Amino acid sequence: MSRFKKQVSKEVPAISTSSLPDIIFMLLFFFMVTTVMRETTLIVRTKLPEATEVQKLEKKSLVSYIYIGPPIQSKIYGTESRIQLNDYFAVISDIQEFVVLEREARDEADRKFLTTSLKVNGETKMGVVTDVKQELRKASAFKINYSTRRKVVKKE
Amino acid sequence: MARKIPAINAGSMADIAFLLLIFFLVTTTMDVDTGIMRQLPPPPDPNQDIPDIKERNIMNILVSKSDRLLVNKKMGNIKTLKNDVIDFMSIHHDDPAYPEVTMKSIDYIGDVYTTKGIISLKNDRGTSYNMYIQVQNELAAAFKELRDRLSMQKFGRKYDKLINEDYIDAINKAVPIRVSEAEPEDVGGN
Repeated sequence: MSRFKKQVSKEVPAISTSSLPDIIFMLLFFFMVTTVMRETTLIVRTKLPEATEVQKLEKKSLVSYIYIGPPIQSKIYGTESRIQLNDYFAVISDIQEFVVLEREARDEADRKFLTTSLKVNGETKMGVVTDVKQELRKASAFKINYSTRRKVVKKE
Repeated sequence: MARKIPAINAGSMADIAFLLLIFFLVTTTMDVDTGIMRQLPPPPDPNQDIPDIKERNIMNILVSKSDRLLVNKKMGNIKTLKNDVIDFMSIHHDDPAYPEVTMKSIDYIGDVYTTKGIISLKNDRGTSYNMYIQVQNELAAAFKELRDRLSMQKFGRKYDKLINEDYIDAINKAVPIRVSEAEPEDVGGN
């Protein structure tokens, strides 16, 4: 009978960590695939307004962004709302060219789905936004999206 | 002479992977862009006549420089705007206070009454973007409600729960988003 007793080991076997790298790599690949690197550095402040009736903006590759808001470096550029296209400040007359360039950069079949997302600071006056909209109409970029944050509605 | 190559220690592999993982964790942005979708009208044709629309078919919404609302030349309130719009755009038979209704035949729905009402939205150059979005939001909510109503009545489920593309198209045709934004005029301060 003592033969069986010998086999009972009192030590808990160590957990094998050899598969730890694999698990971490799996996570790593997930984040590598889902990550979207920020393309532009914001030089204007865009604190977006809130709304409840929002739709998701799909196909990010078919969206071009126009930022409007007061410059972050207000000591140099003042506090008046400015337009930002790509990485630079722009004026109203630049918008048509911007739209044309954005359109050129896309595949021909996708061009008609191009959406312009307006990321506008809530405090900005409508004057500049109206001007931008007029320019977009002239450039026949008719699909626009007023970028807003989703408002959390309290249930009563 | 076959020499043994010493095995590479893979113990630090996890650390390297962790480092990369943390880098991607930090740089990743998971936020989805959300917003209110709108379609801009093409630029006005100078040769085209201004369409004649009856006074009773238009609901005028004006957002003033000081973010105040004027609905049909009366003071409006953002809280009641949604219900006002729903009331205006619903079907009222033979009531001169409301827009005209016409019978329309639409695939998958059949004959439905549609209103000829139009919401005319006008803002000042001095209106704040926040206020403008609030108004747009209320309008969007009103039209969603109208679409939901028709959708519930015809297909038994809400508009955004519809799966069949044809049904969605049919509802879109029956309740189009008729918001006309007035051509901007240079008035008021910036």
